Amino acid sequence: MRLKRDIKFLLYCLIFYIAIFSLNRYQIIINDYILNIINLSLVYVILTVSLNLINGFTGQFSIGHMGFAAVGAYISGVLTTIIWKINPSNPLNYFLFFIALIIGSIASGLIGFLLGLPTLRLRGDYLAIVTLGFGEIIRTIINNIDYVGGPRGLLGIPKFSNFTVIFIITVMSVLIIRNIVFSTHGRAFKSIREDQVASELVGVNTTKYKVYAFTIGAFFAGLAGGLLCHLLQIAHPTQYGFLGTIFVLIMVYAGGMGSISGSIIAAFGLTFLSEGLRFLLRWIDNITPTITVGIEWRMVVYSALLIIIMLYRNEGLMGKREFKILIPEEEE
Amino acid sequence: MKTVLSLRNVTHYFGGLRAVNNFNIDLPEGALWGLIGPNGAGKTTIFNLITGVYKPTEGKILFEGKDITGLKSHIIVDKGIARTFQNLRIFNELTVIDNIRVAKHFKADYKITDSILRTKKFYNEERRIKEEAYNLLKIFGLQGRMNNLAKHLPYGELRKLEIARALATKPKLLLLDEPAAGMNPREVGSLMELIHSIRDMFNLTILLVEHQMRVVMGICERIKVMDFGETIAEGNPDEIRSDRKVIEAYLGSDGGRC
Amino acid sequence: MEKIFNLQQLINGIQLGSIYALIALGYTMVYGIVRLINFAHGDFFMIGAYASYFVIIFGTLRGYHIPVILVFIISIAAGSIAAVLANKIAYKPLRYKPRISALITALGVSMFIEYLFSALPFIGPSYRAFPNEQFIKSKIFEFGNTTISNYIIIDVLVSVGLMIFLTYIVKYTRIGMAMRAVSQDKDAAKLMGIDIEKIITITFIVGGGLAGAAGLLTGVSYPRIFPYMGVLPGLKAFIAAVLGGIGNIPGAMLGSYIMGISETFATSYNSLLGEGIAFAILILVLLFRPQGLLGETVAEKV
Repeated sequence: MRLKRDIKFLLYCLIFYIAIFSLNRYQIIINDYILNIINLSLVYVILTVSLNLINGFTGQFSIGHMGFAAVGAYISGVLTTIIWKINPSNPLNYFLFFIALIIGSIASGLIGFLLGLPTLRLRGDYLAIVTLGFGEIIRTIINNIDYVGGPRGLLGIPKFSNFTVIFIITVMSVLIIRNIVFSTHGRAFKSIREDQVASELVGVNTTKYKVYAFTIGAFFAGLAGGLLCHLLQIAHPTQYGFLGTIFVLIMVYAGGMGSISGSIIAAFGLTFLSEGLRFLLRWIDNITPTITVGIEWRMVVYSALLIIIMLYRNEGLMGKREFKILIPEEEE
Repeated sequence: MKTVLSLRNVTHYFGGLRAVNNFNIDLPEGALWGLIGPNGAGKTTIFNLITGVYKPTEGKILFEGKDITGLKSHIIVDKGIARTFQNLRIFNELTVIDNIRVAKHFKADYKITDSILRTKKFYNEERRIKEEAYNLLKIFGLQGRMNNLAKHLPYGELRKLEIARALATKPKLLLLDEPAAGMNPREVGSLMELIHSIRDMFNLTILLVEHQMRVVMGICERIKVMDFGETIAEGNPDEIRSDRKVIEAYLGSDGGRC
Repeated sequence: MEKIFNLQQLINGIQLGSIYALIALGYTMVYGIVRLINFAHGDFFMIGAYASYFVIIFGTLRGYHIPVILVFIISIAAGSIAAVLANKIAYKPLRYKPRISALITALGVSMFIEYLFSALPFIGPSYRAFPNEQFIKSKIFEFGNTTISNYIIIDVLVSVGLMIFLTYIVKYTRIGMAMRAVSQDKDAAKLMGIDIEKIITITFIVGGGLAGAAGLLTGVSYPRIFPYMGVLPGLKAFIAAVLGGIGNIPGAMLGSYIMGISETFATSYNSLLGEGIAFAILILVLLFRPQGLLGETVAEKV
């Protein structure tokens, strides 16, 4: 049957879901703290895969990705918290939550489109600077809008994002992006990465497709942002600055530019590593009373990690390969 | 006889440097012509102007009677002009068959929503694309390598792949930029046969740029010679072989005999 | 009244431009020679500031007055050493890999330096007051309603002096000629017997040194230093280099003064505008004249 492999994949997902859910229900191994890290990892999967679409598959230099997430987060957050004032106690409100998420994602995609249109003709290094600037501009604008909380952030966001919601949306997002990548459109994206001139000269409208990649990537980043703020119950400008983007960039590189499977592994790996690092540093702190080991050391480790990956394993964990189970059968 | 390609008084400057000066050509349907000249004569620039990489500073380019001057490259490809490159531009990290399939993208008849939802249209179109790509590879003898990454192919096969990729866009005019570069005599021989047979098989008009005189003299019906951006001679192989200006500028004292 | 107001701002703008110029020159030289936007360049500037800070403090605590010229040399050396290390460890191995890798690595190096300085207990993330009075006593000159401190004069003179020195090297020495050759065509230069890596290292030494000197001058004139002080000036100096034409030395100088003066005037109207003007300039340049004021368009060979 045509979709045998996909059914298998969904089955694995279902098993994973049931396992985690049950373990958490009885607080065996997967206590609420661990579940939260899993939730966070799943959101990062969406962020990483969507950035990978732009940077890894289409070969563009976008380093302002969290700006898109911010748009999605704030718009969906404002809708649920300030305008509609809904909360999860009434399960029917979940419909409104999804609508809020979609609106936030569409807005984010639109911003991606508007940003992509004028800037995608810039050469790589310049595009990087402009996307970097864009991310910072978004953050600065949000910081100055009192209606959404300004520098204090948007507080009291209802906790609509639970494991079930996040898991389903993540799986759907991964499959959607996977389906796009393994199609003629995906080949168009990849050809732009390989050789833009040649791509244009075999009939690909490279400008259109670069903008497509940006728009789709931004859409999913916005979706992730919406999920994130409804998980943490807060949206704060500092979460969506350059630092956040670097974190996602490291995941994209560590997993492999051009590998969805790699992005998934890296998202989980680095999120858990980050938590582990926090404990490690606190433990070191306790044994060395004179030197306080603060949060800055985490960032030192991350930046060193990025440099090491770039120097020694440029292609990341998976390079451009995928797990067999994610490759659609018609490819073979 | 229908004229497929016309360049009328095409002149092109790069800043202060004049790369092409008053170039004219009327390429008839089905022709197999050659464009030769020393390095830097402007031959590749002509190809770049025809395919829309640059917009000519002056002059017009007409394809099948219609003005295509200054149009974007992918639109020109859509109209039916394809090319290969002097220094191979293969999609290295894509498979051999994917290189061909990219060239079939602009004619692919399904949208992104079809990809996402994996509709019937998606499967039908993908099947058609794969079949056409496979058949094309077979003509070039590359079908056995179809799932290998292009970067793993030997040089001679990459040159063939690039021609196959150009043909995948179903062009009426094919521009070949030094297709024999770096090939040994045996490979050159089979290339010459290949060019002849694809011209007939696909009803093509072909213009090629080449330095290897065996190819030019061997298969070209008519030859234009360029130097310093200008045409210095034009004629059939015998005429060119004995033209003094050409010999001076380019061919050397043996007149191009191999 | 208006006229005098503007003269003061003009002078401040020239001071700011002088400092940006020292940083921008390093950016533009490195880009010209290895086509890399060295994001960490602003951090060499920061390192120069801290190096001179510690030297002066050390001197003050021990009761010496460290000679001015020595502090300058130390700040220049600190910037140069940092630049050479960054090149050797992080950039050289990626010399022939895709450009994006080097770009991301530069980002990583920049962050690494900033966070390391922030995390080290004896440096720390907070602001420190730069002991400029112990270094050079301040003097204020007044012309009507305009005040000029001797710091401004020092900044401009030192910057211009270093720029003249750099121009001399690039134009009239063999090393300078080699640098120009490498930036135009690496392979041809290699064939002419030029040791590419040596020239690249020298470029980093010079660029880093200029940034280090800028760090000292900044510490003296705007006496607050902190580990992230290189971020904004670095970005603005980069934009200035782009404005002038990246890879073009006179362009970097021109762009820096335009940037410094524009920013000073813009800030005097509205502080938010002052921050935004750098980005506005960048966007305008990239949209309308991406090769910069003095740059040339380099077409990609097809």
